[in-house]
Amino acid sequence: MSRETFRIGFLPLVDAALPILAHELGFAAEAGVEVQPVRDMTWATVRDRLLYGHTDAAHLIAPLAIATALGRDRPPVELAVPFVLGLNGNAVTFSTTLAKEVGLGATLGDPAAIGAALRSIAVARKPARPLRFGVVHRYSSHNYMLRYWLAGVGIRPDEDVEIVVTSPPFAADALAAGEVDGICVGEPWNSIAVDRGVGHIALATAQIWRRGVEKVLAMRTAIADDRRDAVLALIRALHKAAAHFVDPEAAEECAAILARSEYLDAPKDAVLRAITDRIRIVPGGNPLHYPDFMFQYREAANFPWRSQAAWLYSQMTRWDGLSYSPRDAATATDVFRPDLYRAALAGSAAPLPGASSKLEGGLEGPTGAGSVQGRLMLGSDRFFDGRAFDPDDIESYLSELP
Amino acid sequence: MRIAIIDTSAGRAAVISDGLREAGLDDLVIIEPAGPLAAQIEAAAPEVVLINLENPSRDQLEDFFTVSRALAKPIAMFVDQSDAEATGAAIDAGVSAYVVDGLSKQRIKPVVDLAVRRFQAFSRLQRELDEAKGALADRTAIDRAKAILMKRRQIDEPAAYALLRGQAMRTNRRIAEIAEAIITSEELMGDQP
Repeated sequence: MSRETFRIGFLPLVDAALPILAHELGFAAEAGVEVQPVRDMTWATVRDRLLYGHTDAAHLIAPLAIATALGRDRPPVELAVPFVLGLNGNAVTFSTTLAKEVGLGATLGDPAAIGAALRSIAVARKPARPLRFGVVHRYSSHNYMLRYWLAGVGIRPDEDVEIVVTSPPFAADALAAGEVDGICVGEPWNSIAVDRGVGHIALATAQIWRRGVEKVLAMRTAIADDRRDAVLALIRALHKAAAHFVDPEAAEECAAILARSEYLDAPKDAVLRAITDRIRIVPGGNPLHYPDFMFQYREAANFPWRSQAAWLYSQMTRWDGLSYSPRDAATATDVFRPDLYRAALAGSAAPLPGASSKLEGGLEGPTGAGSVQGRLMLGSDRFFDGRAFDPDDIESYLSELP
Repeated sequence: MRIAIIDTSAGRAAVISDGLREAGLDDLVIIEPAGPLAAQIEAAAPEVVLINLENPSRDQLEDFFTVSRALAKPIAMFVDQSDAEATGAAIDAGVSAYVVDGLSKQRIKPVVDLAVRRFQAFSRLQRELDEAKGALADRTAIDRAKAILMKRRQIDEPAAYALLRGQAMRTNRRIAEIAEAIITSEELMGDQP
């Protein structure tokens, strides 16, 4: 029997793991589909290949999927996100010079305290040469997480500092060359900056938002409709790959596969540290265990909550300087497709949330959540400033933000 | 119409600019890949930007287009849905194009079409060059192996070549592979009697 093939675009990042492992470890074949990973170096190219049919699906930064559906900077194309490839897994890394000035310690510090120290430096630097931060894309969660934190500690992202775009594999170089004073990128690129002695990790993005949506599996809606059965099989394959990826026994093997030249082309040790939530903060230091640095499976992490898309839309509105539009909010929210996720995993052991949207940032600690299948517990999903996001009242939320 | 070319391959940039010049489009700026991207684009103020699809600076470039206030008009991507076929062909060829918003399609199309043809021609050339390089490396290896055989076995060149060829035929391998094996063994054991 011939299996349907999904060519899946990806960037060399640890959170491209699930499609790669589904292919390498047979989860795709077991589900009756074939996955062909297609490696690129920029999100622009991953997106273009997806839109023009060079690929069938892509490992994509979630805000870019939404921006594409909304037609920001280009004609809109309908996209569907039936599966979240992971939460968090990024970090904010300072140059060693800035780290010294801010007084970063050998452990992950408090976001508010680091922010306060950073603020006085940003203000002092502003007249001559403002501090400059690199993010991986304008429409990336990295950009929104960094901006959320900066604004929350009183640093205006577009006025007090500069935020520029740096491709992940070149972020450590930009830091080393002094082109930027800090970066917010995914792994293993923070760890590589630390190992090269040019960076000091200031924060994990999980400290900014404990359960922040990160990469997603995106495809054209036309593909999701026309090849629905195969798409559902692909979701089952990725879900199995996720369960395997978080198994501590499998970490070594997963890291070895991902480190290969055709995937991340990065040192295995740096990849392994990210997978096992062990982060080396300072050059030469011992890796520190920070639980849930990356979050790929538990608590139905792969479920595409419509409220996550709504939060990203709220940040897009905030930083693109546009006013809230109910129509755009609906378009953005509709990109996330919990219906496909449920259809794929109904009848399996996976817990399926009953709701498709939730209050984001409202949980202090493990809380039982309504489910239509299995038992679902959700852990703390706090933002560092304690705010919560109600997807049904984006306007009030926006008006209360700094 | 000023056209900027950004390419990680200097050779391909030259092939494209030659083609554009031949077509009478000679207001060209080739962006230095090692230099600062934004500053160069800003200084050039192009109406059309051609960039290779796999260029690692594409995200940076798109961001610059979005935030830049220096350019007179915002630059939009060449993604007219009515012409998906042409855009698809460009992506297949590995070229991405950005144009100033409002530039008429009749003026842009020949530029992009030409860039696509040049990109394809360049890939073909690259392939041929790789093959030629491979052939040259094979020749060098075979010559060295022949010299080793001639010296060690005290035979003439035709006999040395016949030995290589015979071994290749018997083992179903390429003559160059046999030659490589002889060179390796000579390097490791050449000092043994």
